[in-house]
Amino acid sequence: MSRIALRKLRHSYMKAPSSPEDYALKEIDLEWADGGAYALLGPSGCGKSTLLNIISGLLVPSEGQVLFNDEDVTSLPPDKRNIAQVFQFPVIYDTMSVYDNLAFPLRNRGVAHDAVDTRVREIAEMLELGDWLKVRASNLAPDNKQKISMGRGLVRDDVNVIMFDKPLTVIDPELKWKLRSKLKELHQRIAVTMIYVTHDQTEALTFADQVVVMQDGVVVQIGTPVELFERPQHTFVGHFIGSPGMNILPCEVSGGRAVFRGHPVALEGPITGSGARMEIGVRPEFVKIESEGIPAVIERVADIGRHTVVEARAGDETVNAIISSEPPQVGEEVHLGFEPAQTRVYADGWIATEKG
Amino acid sequence: MKTETQRGWLFVLPVLALVAFNALVPLMTVVNYSVQETFGNNQFFWHGLGWFSDILRSERFHAALGRQLFFTATILAIEVPLGVAIALAMPRKGIWVPVCLVLMALPLLIPWNVVGAMWNIFTLPDIGLLGYTLNTTLGINYNMTQSPVAAWATIIVMDVWHWTSLVVLLAYAGLISIPEAYYQAAKIDGASNWSVFRYIQLPKMKRVLTIAVLLRFMDSFNIYTEPFVLTGGGPGNSTTLLSIDLVKVALGQFDLGPAAAMSLIYFAITLAVSWLFYTLMTKDES
Amino acid sequence: MSLELRNVTKKVGGETHIYETSISFDVGGFNILLGATNAGKSTLIKLMAGLEKPSSGEVWVDGDNVTGVSPQKRNIALVHQFFVNYPHMTVFENIASPLRVQGIAKSEVEARVEEAANILQLGPMLKRRPQELSGGQQQRTALARAIVKKSKAIFLDEPLANLDYKLREELREQLPALLSGRGTVVIYATSEPTEALLLGGRTALVYEGRITQMGGTTEIYRTPSNLTSARVFSDPPINLAPVTKRGDRVFLGEHLSWTVFEKAAALPDGSYTVGIRPHFVTPTEPLDRSVALRGRVQITELSGSESIAHFAIGEQTWVSLATGIHAYRVGEEHEFHMIPGQCFYFAENGELAAKGRDHV
Repeated sequence: MSRIALRKLRHSYMKAPSSPEDYALKEIDLEWADGGAYALLGPSGCGKSTLLNIISGLLVPSEGQVLFNDEDVTSLPPDKRNIAQVFQFPVIYDTMSVYDNLAFPLRNRGVAHDAVDTRVREIAEMLELGDWLKVRASNLAPDNKQKISMGRGLVRDDVNVIMFDKPLTVIDPELKWKLRSKLKELHQRIAVTMIYVTHDQTEALTFADQVVVMQDGVVVQIGTPVELFERPQHTFVGHFIGSPGMNILPCEVSGGRAVFRGHPVALEGPITGSGARMEIGVRPEFVKIESEGIPAVIERVADIGRHTVVEARAGDETVNAIISSEPPQVGEEVHLGFEPAQTRVYADGWIATEKG
Repeated sequence: MKTETQRGWLFVLPVLALVAFNALVPLMTVVNYSVQETFGNNQFFWHGLGWFSDILRSERFHAALGRQLFFTATILAIEVPLGVAIALAMPRKGIWVPVCLVLMALPLLIPWNVVGAMWNIFTLPDIGLLGYTLNTTLGINYNMTQSPVAAWATIIVMDVWHWTSLVVLLAYAGLISIPEAYYQAAKIDGASNWSVFRYIQLPKMKRVLTIAVLLRFMDSFNIYTEPFVLTGGGPGNSTTLLSIDLVKVALGQFDLGPAAAMSLIYFAITLAVSWLFYTLMTKDES
Repeated sequence: MSLELRNVTKKVGGETHIYETSISFDVGGFNILLGATNAGKSTLIKLMAGLEKPSSGEVWVDGDNVTGVSPQKRNIALVHQFFVNYPHMTVFENIASPLRVQGIAKSEVEARVEEAANILQLGPMLKRRPQELSGGQQQRTALARAIVKKSKAIFLDEPLANLDYKLREELREQLPALLSGRGTVVIYATSEPTEALLLGGRTALVYEGRITQMGGTTEIYRTPSNLTSARVFSDPPINLAPVTKRGDRVFLGEHLSWTVFEKAAALPDGSYTVGIRPHFVTPTEPLDRSVALRGRVQITELSGSESIAHFAIGEQTWVSLATGIHAYRVGEEHEFHMIPGQCFYFAENGELAAKGRDHV
């Protein structure tokens, strides 16, 4: 078990990178506590897999350091780092039984026979694979195969970190949530540092205590699920997390006030930053239909049972709202209001208001 | 449902007709010959299973079958491990991949009788590169036409040279289909190189290796052209394999009945061994 | 334009994939088939498209019996879950391919491809090849190919399942507008109840080879006619529990009870199954009259803007769904609130007997 630190990490797949665009990872500094559950979340191509491969040792970064418990492991190969990894597709040893699969990493390390047996049975029990131990691993369903891949990491007590690379990709939708919660439960029982890479918000937020959101090789926010939802530090986080995502509306700032289409908008607190591109960010959950405010026309109404998702047009801008009360009709002219405590200004993408 | 099934058969009918023409009709001719005796002039007499019992008791047949089995076993024992080893050593990406593949495929592109002729000239003690080098430069007495050992060594080396590539290509196809994640997982699990081979590469190559072994078995068991061109079955009868013997009986002596019976026995052996191989190698998959 | 299955069944070997089903779809609006993986949605689509022949029964299009007519002769389009495009053709050629087969004049092909490409925002990509496109663009190319040929019916078999969720959101929003008003019957299969609700239109619920209910999407969500339909059309799963009704009170186990009104109160006394959707079991006290449920949190799930908690009271497990992110602690006790006015009461035969808010 260990604490993981990334120091001034940069990586480029090119031989002679010149501009920042040539880097798949642009200067990353991170500190991860021992025994935490972390997620790396971002769209495909954001650099999260590159970062994962650097931590596991499959890739040596162009610049910077990877530290496990203050020890520099930047150039150590994966087998010298005491890590475990679960891949997108279940990796199992086809010809071995489930038991032998789970015992394999221990036997390779010369663990005594009795100790192997105790540990394998213990982990198999936790993963609900106890009844399958004697079965050939290739005969199992994908979700159980993926449990075996997890199990081979969990049996070892010397692992610094277990990494999950989109582990639920091939699992049936009906089984996904079961495996997801199983993983959460395992983390609580074994308390080893775990890093979970995904582009699925539900997987990331459900699994992790801390989520690292990445975009274009940059970490845009590190925070708890509540922080990411309630106070996105970057418009990308607001857009990427939540369905539908945050409304991002261009605005003007004059005299310390934000103005959207001629209407002053009340914010959570004073504006602290400025930039070429100023935008208001407000989640659909905090947009209300009121008697006065920003005029808009209703374009679409989708009743999804628990609430209604309403799409309104204010000039060139589309504003999404989640309405729990009686929904408006398509074509209706309404006025929109934003809940001030949940309305913020972003300058060039980054948050530029302070909590009042 | 019923009409569907019947229409299905209609679609298969042309293929069945083709197979019948291609295989069944000639085979039935052979079966016909095998149970009759002829004294020429197209006069045939019923002989029952006489030829079969004669052949099965004949020492000449036993010897030829023994030589055949020895040949096949030897080349399988060499070509399969060697092919796998070469496939493992080949690069898996980069500009050398196509170069290696073309080099490997070269021997397979040469017609069989040419292979025999090539090796015949290659091994001539007076002018052949190999024969001359062994005899004159290295002082080893090597002459295929005199020494059975030299003749055997030559046909085995020739077959290995000609056909190992097939095993290599098949094994290589199996190897490159293994996703990178398997190797990474094995590294992380602390597996040795031997473990990687034993538990990842070999199981993943099993299907293609089954095909390779089957193909090599059938081909080598039925081999005719190359050893015939190279040694003509000699010196003496030392390299007279089953097929060479069969042709001698059928065409050399024009004993159609015994030759037909021999062909059928030969065919039955090939079929039985192939079936056995296949069943054994695919047994534990279910 | 209409599409109809009459008393259709499908058996493969000894297994029944579709039990006797009669259903019809009309032009205009979105028709949705909703059901879990392997419920029979794809089989229904294949039967309607002519890719499979029914074991019994007939398929009718516009008053013609087309049972046994090959899909090539039916003028239909099908979009799969996997992005099926011709890899060696440009996007333009891909979209034009069904028109080329029909032998349509070159100038018209160009005009129609351009129109389809504009609708799906593929204009700038027409000269590229599919592998140079993102997943969303590849699927849009497949969609363009489906709409370009003005077919009688378009079948979409979980077309968004393999896309990232942000792209899925985007395309899902555009699809109804794209496909409506084109004079074709649109049939869309999905395994996600929320997706069905977002798309609107009409929905048929499919469960183990049977259609259990059909009607306006929101209506059947609001009023499931039986237990199976309630289960099929709920994500996360609907809470179900056995209850006993005596007079105007309903009893769940030993400790929970509530008063019922109107139609529910008029039900004969006896055993029922109560069903309540997860979003009517809330972690904070709602404005409506509610019943408190204290349970141990077992599993939590956080989607981007909603929180799900599975909790247990004795043997019974409950699911709660709330807007916003709630930080539950697994293993801890938490008080939830259930709104009895939103309950469904199912009779012992599984049919809906009353809703909490039904008037007499």
